[in-house]
Amino acid sequence: MSRTFLGMPATAPRGVGHLRGEEPFPAAARRGLADPQLRRNLGHATTTIRAKSGAVIGELPDWQALRAAGSAIKADVLARLPELLEQLEAAVTAAGGTVHWAADAVEANRIVTDLVAATGSDRVIKVKSMATQEIGLNEALEAAGIAAVETDLAELIVQLGEDRPSHILVPAIHRNRAEIREIFLRAMPGVDPSLTDDPPALAAAARRFLRETFLATRVAVSGVNFAVAETGTLAVVESEGNGRMCLTLPETLITVMGVEKVVPTWRDLEVFLQLLPRASTGERMNPYTSMWTGVTPGDGPQAFHLVLLDNGRSAVLADEVGRQALHCIRCSACLNVCPVYERTGGHAYGSVYPGPIGAVLSPQLTGVEDNASLPYASTLCGACYDACPVKINIPELLVHLRDQVPHPRSEAAAMAAAAYVMDRPALYAAAQRAARLSRLAGRRGRGLPPPLSGWTIGRDLPQPPPRTFREWWAQR
Amino acid sequence: MVGAAVNGREEVLARLRAARGAQPREPAEVPRDYRPAGATVDLDLLVDRLTDYRATVHRCAEPEVPGVVDAVLGGRRIVIPPALPRRWLPASVTAVTDDNLTTEEIAATDGVVTAAAVAVAETGTIVLDGAPDQGRRVITLLPDVHLCVLRAEQVVAGVPDAVARLDPRRPLTWISGPSATSDIELNRVEGVHGPRNLHVVLLAP
Amino acid sequence: MRIALFVTCLADTLFPAAAEATVRLLERLGHQVVFPPEQTCCGQMHVNTGYSAQALPLVRRHVRTFEPYDVVVAPSGSCVGSVRHQHPAVARGAGDERLAERAEAVAGRTYELSEFLVDVLGVTDVGAYYPHRVTYHPTCHSLRMLRVADRPLRLLREVRGLDLVELPQAEQCCGFGGTFAVKNADTSTAMLADKLRHVLSTGADVCTAGDASCLMHIGGGLSRLRTGVRTVHLAEILAATERDGTTGRTGRTAVRA
Repeated sequence: MSRTFLGMPATAPRGVGHLRGEEPFPAAARRGLADPQLRRNLGHATTTIRAKSGAVIGELPDWQALRAAGSAIKADVLARLPELLEQLEAAVTAAGGTVHWAADAVEANRIVTDLVAATGSDRVIKVKSMATQEIGLNEALEAAGIAAVETDLAELIVQLGEDRPSHILVPAIHRNRAEIREIFLRAMPGVDPSLTDDPPALAAAARRFLRETFLATRVAVSGVNFAVAETGTLAVVESEGNGRMCLTLPETLITVMGVEKVVPTWRDLEVFLQLLPRASTGERMNPYTSMWTGVTPGDGPQAFHLVLLDNGRSAVLADEVGRQALHCIRCSACLNVCPVYERTGGHAYGSVYPGPIGAVLSPQLTGVEDNASLPYASTLCGACYDACPVKINIPELLVHLRDQVPHPRSEAAAMAAAAYVMDRPALYAAAQRAARLSRLAGRRGRGLPPPLSGWTIGRDLPQPPPRTFREWWAQR
Repeated sequence: MVGAAVNGREEVLARLRAARGAQPREPAEVPRDYRPAGATVDLDLLVDRLTDYRATVHRCAEPEVPGVVDAVLGGRRIVIPPALPRRWLPASVTAVTDDNLTTEEIAATDGVVTAAAVAVAETGTIVLDGAPDQGRRVITLLPDVHLCVLRAEQVVAGVPDAVARLDPRRPLTWISGPSATSDIELNRVEGVHGPRNLHVVLLAP
Repeated sequence: MRIALFVTCLADTLFPAAAEATVRLLERLGHQVVFPPEQTCCGQMHVNTGYSAQALPLVRRHVRTFEPYDVVVAPSGSCVGSVRHQHPAVARGAGDERLAERAEAVAGRTYELSEFLVDVLGVTDVGAYYPHRVTYHPTCHSLRMLRVADRPLRLLREVRGLDLVELPQAEQCCGFGGTFAVKNADTSTAMLADKLRHVLSTGADVCTAGDASCLMHIGGGLSRLRTGVRTVHLAEILAATERDGTTGRTGRTAVRA
């Protein structure tokens, strides 16, 4: 493990959580590419969501102004992050909540596990949360003998299918209705064997399955979409009502929040509540948004704990260019428009944060050396930047991170040689002629050595022209 | 255990200060060029947006409310918040007032009738704020039918209007249509864990 | 108008027909074209692959080469995008604010061909004749970095004899992405396969675009499949006329099957 210095920005520790893949992106991508069912499922789902999102965004005449405001608010948050967190802590505490601070995944898992253990409960219900997936909370709870029940339909599909999430918003996006039916029939206790693959029937099966658990579990764990520093108000944006169940029914609520989720003022929610649903599920508003401030006597959990999580965010903040990745509101619009994601699926990215935002966030949270292939998992086509509701310039970040990645020695040598030649026009012209005459590559480049041979798996090289442009120009 | 000397709070704050640069900044001027609060309310738009997300809308004058409740929940057992106007209820329903009922008792009812705090026309959203005519959050969560009575003056044009009207210190539930999921092939399907049926009674102005 | 041609290293070396066509077209429209021979490469490949330090001398060279000219035109959205968006950043990253300002000044006078024709010269009918069924791929950098929008289409619609057919899912990337095509070859070819399918579905005999790099990629795929569909740079179509007899079958167009 890398050495960390007290009080200095630090990346997320190794050996805990889900920010690092087991293999580089190109290798992991091959599995997704080779799965035609996955490709069809993803193609269908992303096409659907792009159309829905485009339609409801088109209804707003001021979408670009909202994006600009959202981006400016997030930039302001990062500039004042320590002060805003202290303000949030004071407001939550004043409203009857307890605030905990976790420098990394290990500390956060320990804090939550201790809090659950103190209640005496051996089970928690969970509302989908990227932060708790990031830190591997379910595994930590399980090691302490506490069962974590995911209550979001997609998370349930993933949990019952012994699978991994592949999308931020729709973790089971890689599954179609027929596959979901199979999983339910195989793994859902007490399921009706005549279950069809009709989506309302599948949703009803999940409702029946989880109802008892909701009513009987005394502790819930959630993430949070927004936390208002001035009032201590937290907001969870969801669709199914499982979030409301978790936030309302238990006696104890534990919320784990990445520090960047804070927003300065209550009014700021007027921006994000317009941006998030339209960019995310393509709805004018998601079915349910719950907001709570500390503890409300007689209504909802009477014990509330907020865990503020760093886990590499301070390292991201330390990079003046890279920090804009912390603007992310986890809408997953960038995944839905990404031509790379659409073909490889989310598992190829290794981290709980897939797609374009994952390609810039995961390497920064872990340090680029631990996710060195991710900044290259993009053609820099820019569709993600256009789709981002808070205007994260993902292509710029990808290029910025590529500059920090440890480069293969042969590539570095070739790049240095190319730059040397290109800075000397006479050498450059000679190299152009040499390339034309040599035809080293053989017919249409099919004899190229690796890694250049990658080109010719599905493409021919152009035939070198009889003369370069500058030769033509000189002869005019 | 070097780290034990410094608690998590000081450690996280020190890291963030070092990362951001120690100098605290003044709040930035945020460009808010989007449409502000205060636009004219379009009740038809609210109805259109509610219907689009599979809520059932009934428009009537206040004396007609019991008739609507009867049509939706007649013969059923319902839970009501403590200060729900009794004049809204027909004799055909059995109303149980939420006087700290247990979750099991609430779950055993067929429906719930409440008032609302605010509604947003542009998004088809109803917001409950836990006032005595809306009750605890749990009562609108467990029963399968939620009937919500909305006064025309509670309807605002857009999200900024709603945020301005609401008190963040109250527990707030923003509801846009019945419980739904987009988890299966990103198609919206109504009816998962919350009420599967949402009826909105919009009172004539 | 005296126009400096920023030929781009790719067109210079592998696709001179696109660059030659740019010269012929601009001269036909009554302008003087000059070719500063000190130019080589804008450094985009270095920047995009993570070698901005090595790109710095190339940025410096580019700025020095084109600084004397009032107008610079390139037949490439991608390379103009690099000049506009990357050159100042590379200079600033190296702590050279003076170079960054000079790079911004040069970028402010640098245009992609379709932008230059429509915005600066104010023409959409350039007098071209090209009797072929053509589909247009809006390359990502033209589309999203430069926002050339429908300018190329407005130019193509005025070309006599040209039958313009819409490309399905035109705005999806072809999968080139510079070194992406090599580092993530499998994903790249999967993206290309879809692009080729859409190109073939149009029934066009020519696929055009404003970037030789993407055309090299798409053309390489079309060639491998032996489809008979050719890729031709936008400049070549706009330069073609009845008189010169180069109705798209010059000695060598871009990548051909």
